[in-house]
Amino acid sequence: MEQLKTIGRELAMGSQGGGWTGQSKEFLDLVKSIGEARSKAEEDRIILREIESLRRRIAEPDVPRRRMKEYIIRLVYAEMLGHDASFGYIHAVKMTHDDSLSLKRTGYLAVTLFLSDDHDLIILIVNTIQKDLRSDNYLIVCAALTAACKLINEETIPAVLPQVVDLLAHPKEAVRKKAVMALHRFYQRSPASVSHLISNFRKRLCDNDPGVMGATLCPLFDLITADVNSYKDLVISFVSILKQVAERRLPKAYDYHQMAAPFIQIKLLKILALLGSGDKQASGHIYNVLGDIFRKCESSSNIGNAVLYECICCVSSIYPNAKLLDAAAESTSKFLKACLLFSESHNLKYLGIDALGRLIKINPDVAEEHQLAVIDCLEDPDDTLKRKTFELLYKMTKSTNVEVIVDRMIDYMISINDNHYKTEIASRCVELAEQFAPSNQWFIQFSVSNNFTFQTMNKVFEHAGDLVNVRVAHNLMRLIAEGFGEDDEGADSQLRSSAVNSYLRILGEPKLPSLFLQVICWVLGEYGTADGKYSASYIIGKLCDVTEAHLCNDTVKAYAISAIMKICAFEIAAGRKVEMLPECQSLIDELSASHSTDLQQRAYELQALLCLHSQAVESVIPLDASCEDIEVDRNLSFLDSFVQQSIEKGARPYIPEIERSGMFSVSNYTSQHQHETSSHTLRFEAYELPKPSPTPAAPQISVSTRTTDLVPVPETTYYTENNQASKLQPVLDASSADHGIKLHLVGVQKKWGRPTYSASSSTTSSSEKKTNGVTHLDGVSLQSQGTLYDSKGQQSEKQKLAASLFGASAGKTEKKPTSTQRAPKANTATAERPGVARAVSPEISKQKAASSPPPDLLDLGEPISTTTPTIDPFEQLEGLIGPTPGPSTLDNSVTTSEQKAPDLMALYTDTPPSSSSSISSGLGDLHSADKNSPMAKNVPSIKKGPNPQDSLQKDATARHVGVTPTGNNPNLFRDLLG
Amino acid sequence: MIRAVIVMNTQGKPRLLKFYEFQPPEKQQELTRSVFAGQGALLSGRPDNVSNFVEADAIFGPVIFSSLLFVSFVAEITKKKKQEEFKEGTRLVYKHLATLYFVFVFDSCENELAMLDLIQVLVETLDRCFKNVCELDIVFNFNKMHTILDEIIFGGQVLETSSERVLKAVEEISRLEKSSSSVSFVPKSVSGRFGR
Repeated sequence: MEQLKTIGRELAMGSQGGGWTGQSKEFLDLVKSIGEARSKAEEDRIILREIESLRRRIAEPDVPRRRMKEYIIRLVYAEMLGHDASFGYIHAVKMTHDDSLSLKRTGYLAVTLFLSDDHDLIILIVNTIQKDLRSDNYLIVCAALTAACKLINEETIPAVLPQVVDLLAHPKEAVRKKAVMALHRFYQRSPASVSHLISNFRKRLCDNDPGVMGATLCPLFDLITADVNSYKDLVISFVSILKQVAERRLPKAYDYHQMAAPFIQIKLLKILALLGSGDKQASGHIYNVLGDIFRKCESSSNIGNAVLYECICCVSSIYPNAKLLDAAAESTSKFLKACLLFSESHNLKYLGIDALGRLIKINPDVAEEHQLAVIDCLEDPDDTLKRKTFELLYKMTKSTNVEVIVDRMIDYMISINDNHYKTEIASRCVELAEQFAPSNQWFIQFSVSNNFTFQTMNKVFEHAGDLVNVRVAHNLMRLIAEGFGEDDEGADSQLRSSAVNSYLRILGEPKLPSLFLQVICWVLGEYGTADGKYSASYIIGKLCDVTEAHLCNDTVKAYAISAIMKICAFEIAAGRKVEMLPECQSLIDELSASHSTDLQQRAYELQALLCLHSQAVESVIPLDASCEDIEVDRNLSFLDSFVQQSIEKGARPYIPEIERSGMFSVSNYTSQHQHETSSHTLRFEAYELPKPSPTPAAPQISVSTRTTDLVPVPETTYYTENNQASKLQPVLDASSADHGIKLHLVGVQKKWGRPTYSASSSTTSSSEKKTNGVTHLDGVSLQSQGTLYDSKGQQSEKQKLAASLFGASAGKTEKKPTSTQRAPKANTATAERPGVARAVSPEISKQKAASSPPPDLLDLGEPISTTTPTIDPFEQLEGLIGPTPGPSTLDNSVTTSEQKAPDLMALYTDTPPSSSSSISSGLGDLHSADKNSPMAKNVPSIKKGPNPQDSLQKDATARHVGVTPTGNNPNLFRDLLG
Repeated sequence: MIRAVIVMNTQGKPRLLKFYEFQPPEKQQELTRSVFAGQGALLSGRPDNVSNFVEADAIFGPVIFSSLLFVSFVAEITKKKKQEEFKEGTRLVYKHLATLYFVFVFDSCENELAMLDLIQVLVETLDRCFKNVCELDIVFNFNKMHTILDEIIFGGQVLETSSERVLKAVEEISRLEKSSSSVSFVPKSVSGRFGR
């Protein structure tokens, strides 16, 4: 509001500094009244009034052209504020036809802002553009090129293409440049239409004007991105250009803040990164010039750092070269370390983290050095930086640190409310949990990580349930059902009962995502009563609550009713009586009348199931069989003995289906005959679908007997369709099962099974491992909590975090066996064998740690006594990196900017700051502040250290003052501040 | 490629909108609003002394990611690796000067720090052009600002980075505009002959 008043005041005073000449009083009044508008509604009213008056006046005949120009500008203004000005488009188009440069440019500006490239009016402009591209006045040509760039679509490209190509040889470099760019734009829009002109880009690369050459790099970058191989021959030219640029062979005019044409350098580096990627030979050419740039590039200016960063990207992309990688790592650490000293440092931190992410792909050890810097970034108030850091962590996730990282991610995920990013981070969590947890063969790790995966998924579901994929839910169910696979039945059941416990607890929450509810219902149905802790009626009651309390969709209801059915089945099978809760009965009644046939069927199935005999129920819904493959024994061999018995007792033998289809309605008197000729079957239905099984030829006689009582055609087709059902029929008949149920059987089992899963392996339990798995489960999960939340001071917590993130590499420096080495050892050694001290010791330490203040989870290899008291590497690290940005650095920045607040432009051009006094005072501040901090003893080591802190400090001041003119720089925007 | 240039004041009112891919006016407003105060509190929610970069996939990016979620996991991982190379990764760089935000939106083909300097070039040029630029200058002369911007960025690509040369070009344009507009007082039949 403040500056709006200022606008008003200035207008009142009539001060027209800066010269907004040419506009009428009316436009000034409009802007003024909008500026003074108290609310959005008022502003809208003003603009609508304005638009109305414009609509009237613009349609008047014989509007003077100067006046028309202003109307058009006012229209553009109105549209920028979000109001429709489409009635004026045609006038803007008309204005492009004007001869006056000023009006033509205004017209072009308006149409480029108003029209999309498929607007109907474009066709009226194409002709004008064509004409203007041939104009003698290069400014008109430029204006036309700008418009062409924005407005020409795929269909109209051929209309202007010849002219644009001609302009590539225009004497004015400004025109050539724009022509190249316009051609590039055409290429972006429709690669096919300009494909024959691509050689022009190569030609323009040799343009004697560096600006045109620089412009050509843009299309070449796109072309090379699309197809690297056909441009390999240009590597040497690009390298030589880059070399010339870096050696300042370009005219002085191309310097920017003491850098030689930095934008051209950046573009060239990007191109070389593409060309050198995975190509040893091409990379060989590049090494030299990259080294030069690393040496020469000064990191004192913003743009210098931009070039440096691009160099790092290039180095990490091309075929690796040890020397360059070192240089890149050094620059990266400069970004990251410098940031602890600069106040205006977040940009560099951001780039440093990004560069680190690129470098660790090649050499994972790089990150080790920057542990604390990374963790600082993780706790930074800057959201962008945080996300970048999470990206880095995501890239460096290993099986050793996956827990800590995913925990962090989930905490962050819960804290943000940006759905897009929430989704992204949720799927990353799940992906990491899946990717790393099950792959570890070490059984303790295995059970822990499975448990961990489970918890992770729960959290992800709870907080981002609507955003994750159904697939994830199925995976979670499979995880619970399959458990740990082969050898750990005990841990399985523990996981399951803990799942049931936590889900019952979670059900108390007011609002749960539907997908999560499905998982909960399924788990409760499968395992709710498995450990005997909860009664069936309790679980059923809960499930009924689910369908009522949570406004859920049909899918959840289906899951719930199926779960109820399963629990009932388990109860019946166990010989217990199922008393029907009233709410359950009402649920069944409700669903039986549901619009969804699926729900109806399930409800009826449940009702039918309740009437069944316990044995039948047990075979229909076996206990904990969700992982079993549903083997369809088409021969029903398991019934052989039963059939034999029945036959011996005088029952009718089984009649194959084909015969039966004819037999079924045939009256009894033929049955005797049929027995005798059972091998001879009859085919009297001429139009039946062909069967795979060969049918023996039917004897003529039986045909004649049967044609008398012919089976109706529809009935026959019914039997062929229900192949499966009719096969089952005699069996069920024999076993005296309820006739109504048998058809449901097939469908039901399909629904309960895991339709998407492949075959699971059978589970065999190994007892010796089981016991260990169980005992370690709790201890370790406790510990992981402790790692994060048990804080013994900020710094130690950070160190712990660092250790857990970079655990493996930190362990290496302390000459402890890394976890990767440990894992196979533990694998080979049985846990009981005392001889293998290394492998067992982590477990022991963990067991101890469960009660005592925990060391890091992942520093498994270290006995406790060594970990806590002396962790030298971290202190050394602190020494290297220097103090964290505290109030002292902030003070420093403030004092410098206050002392140095002359004109912005003057400042921007002078690099090394002259006010050394402020720096020294700043340093003094730094030191005094640090005396209190635990790191005080390390400060001297900074001075001795490799990076000259003074110069960095100077850089900081220069950067701060030069790069961000804030409110403290009064000269810019002085008139506003009064 | 640079996808958009947005200048707005600290209340989120647009002062200059230039999208290098066409966006209908409503969409422009929506984008501007969400840049200013979108999900996760963009510019308006960012404290001072933090980086000038914001990831803006959620606002601008084609939402490739959510569609990816519906592919099976194995396919997803391979696809994601592929995607990493062609990732859109829309970001924005902003600069807060006095009462204005200068925002450049661009994709992964540009260098963030370089974009920050490009904003600097723009501001420098404006400052030279208007002699101590203020928000008011930009409001009243947004067509001139468009001219300046057209000299710096062309079709989404960086065209010129020297504020001197931009200034020279702009001055040339306004000189010729003036001379041609003086001609335009002459009846059209005559100006047609002298036009160019």
